[in-house]
Amino acid sequence: MKIAISATAPHLDGDLDPRFGRCQYLLVVDSESMEFEAIENPAMSAPGGAGIQAAQLVAQKGVEAVITGDCGPNAYQVLSAAGIPVFGGASGSVRDVVEAYRNGKLSSIAAASTGPGAGMRGGIGGSFIGGGRGGGMGGGRRR
Amino acid sequence: MILSVASGKGGTGKTLVATSLALSLEGQMPVQLLDCDVEEPNAHILLRPAIDSSEPVTVPVPVVDKETCTYCGLCSEVCAYNAIAVAGRTVLVFRELCHGCGACSYVCAARAISEEPRQVGVVESGRVGTMGFAQGRLNVSEAMAGPVIRAVKKLADSKATVILDAPPGTSCPVVETIRGSDFCLLVTEPTPFGLSDLTIAVEVAREMNAPCGVVINRDGPGDESVERYCAQEAIPVLMRIPFDRRIAEAYCRGETLAACMPSWQQAFRELFDKVRGLAAVGSVS
Repeated sequence: MKIAISATAPHLDGDLDPRFGRCQYLLVVDSESMEFEAIENPAMSAPGGAGIQAAQLVAQKGVEAVITGDCGPNAYQVLSAAGIPVFGGASGSVRDVVEAYRNGKLSSIAAASTGPGAGMRGGIGGSFIGGGRGGGMGGGRRR
Repeated sequence: MILSVASGKGGTGKTLVATSLALSLEGQMPVQLLDCDVEEPNAHILLRPAIDSSEPVTVPVPVVDKETCTYCGLCSEVCAYNAIAVAGRTVLVFRELCHGCGACSYVCAARAISEEPRQVGVVESGRVGTMGFAQGRLNVSEAMAGPVIRAVKKLADSKATVILDAPPGTSCPVVETIRGSDFCLLVTEPTPFGLSDLTIAVEVAREMNAPCGVVINRDGPGDESVERYCAQEAIPVLMRIPFDRRIAEAYCRGETLAACMPSWQQAFRELFDKVRGLAAVGSVS
């Protein structure tokens, strides 16, 4: 099965990144063969809607599940609409997490596990500073 | 003439200066005061305007016709704000992220996207004696002040002296307020914090091509660094308001300088004459 995992490094022995929308890498892993593709997460430094962007990216990759630590409300909404279950609360190396998934040790979450914008506060190696929704951006265009 | 009153550091006395200036000029010439601090308008507390109109401010947000949509995802690719997402056979619009740019409806090949207005605030207008007054109020939880500020500024009367009470700080709402001003009055205090934020505010005013001048409020205690900076940068210090407990007491009672001490009215009129002269020269200081 093709699954997406939020990760801190572009390989299977790095740790899972507990944030989904603003994780450093998204690993798309074939849970049988353990072949994988590492994608630098373009949403990591998005001023807003990071969860939405990351969710769309993994949906476009055709994954059948997402494994992460916390998933915010916007990401959750997009993944649900795409029919992709989210397995939250995971931790450890990506390899271990895939193993736990294969052994049915992870459970899917029925709702977002965290509030909006949570990935912008602290976090492992979080490099996005300042801003919030719309912060630092022009206030829209004149109509 | 459009004169914005900004600061950099918050709490320096923008509203005190803006309202005192407006009251000092009222009756002498057509004057308008527009409160552009739409997240926290407070000029009304000092001016007590008679409000006679309230208009909603809206931002256009996309509405997708599910029958016509082909789920191609182009709208979501083109959205710079991640406000529209296509997942499976669903289109999700995140209205609070939408900046109303219209790109999604523009690129939609199936013409499945129309727009509907989403209210983000109001503009209230009225009078204070012969002075025109308006203020914007951004709805709680909205992130973007721009659209409401622009709506307030639209009420500017080209035949009047328009005073804009700017928000604190130097980010987007302040830029939006100062944009198009003929002059920017920067209110500061003679302290390291005041100076630090003043230098940023001066950069913004210069970037907006607005000549600027400084009002030093709470002058007395504090240091000389603001005066030295102004001298160095050739920025005129147009007024010094002393650190005086009576002024603070009056302000706490909701009284402007012009109201509580009439000699200030003359001082503000002289300030305005200086501003008018500097703005006419039109050079970026």
